[in-house]
Amino acid sequence: MSEPVSALKNISDLNGIAAIREIGPLGMITLRGDLSDRAVQDAAKTAGGANAPDQRKINAEGDGGVAWMSPDELLILCRYDEVPLRMTNLQAGLSKGHALAANVSDARAVFEVSGPRAREVLAKLAPVDLTPGQFEPGMMRRTRLAQVPAAFWMTDAETFRIVCFRSVAQYVFDLLKIAAQPGSEVDFF
Amino acid sequence: MLVLTCHACGVTAEETEFHAGGEAHLKRFGPGSSDEDFEEYLFMRANPKGVHFERWRHANGCGKWFHVARDTMTLEVFGSYSAQAFAPPEELLSRIEDRRPGWRGQD
Ligand SMILES: [Zn+2]
Repeated sequence: MSEPVSALKNISDLNGIAAIREIGPLGMITLRGDLSDRAVQDAAKTAGGANAPDQRKINAEGDGGVAWMSPDELLILCRYDEVPLRMTNLQAGLSKGHALAANVSDARAVFEVSGPRAREVLAKLAPVDLTPGQFEPGMMRRTRLAQVPAAFWMTDAETFRIVCFRSVAQYVFDLLKIAAQPGSEVDFF
Repeated sequence: MLVLTCHACGVTAEETEFHAGGEAHLKRFGPGSSDEDFEEYLFMRANPKGVHFERWRHANGCGKWFHVARDTMTLEVFGSYSAQAFAPPEELLSRIEDRRPGWRGQD
């Protein structure tokens, strides 16, 4: 079996106002279907190890979890090496209804931005209100970072996880690095 | 700058998270229609100065289409509603009537 590698081989930049790390590879499965369907909810729970979240929310713990992506889409997060087993379980759980489960782990890149100024770094790049209280752990936001689509959530009060397409991983890393460059504090939050 | 609320996922964001899809509630004329109807469907648009109904897509978000009612001159947004609606909801129309009395006679 080949050795999975992340898009940028876990590159990091720790010199700026927030620490930026490419993490992963992380297991990611897109699940599309009727989210009010019990079979879909149960399958998501089994695969993601957490209850299907409410609109625009994420239920995550460590590398596992389930995120709400759209009215008919969930993202299941798990360890990269667990994806084949989770996929098998999903296919079994969803065999009776109309739903889709696709392994998108290799189509994505994952970044972590952490530190007291992590909010500032994200706020420079996304049209999202990142004021404490407006965006908090437990929320999932699909948006754009400068010119490319991305989604992010917070794993704690000072840490963001960002997923983007693997093809734009270098662009997103460069964006984050520039937004976090030394001396670029805004002191807004 | 427009601040829109996606009817599908509830996110409120400025317009760069969305993509404009043009005039709403067009009736499609396809194969078998007259040249006049087909031309009308393809090229003719209302382009009002004032109240307008448009399709928008939450392109950098949930990916869904929805409808928006707004004023093209002041950029005031009156509200958004489902992409599956064939016409603006009555409740939205009466809110527009409050803000722009008599707007229906404009075009
Ligand atoms: Zn949306």
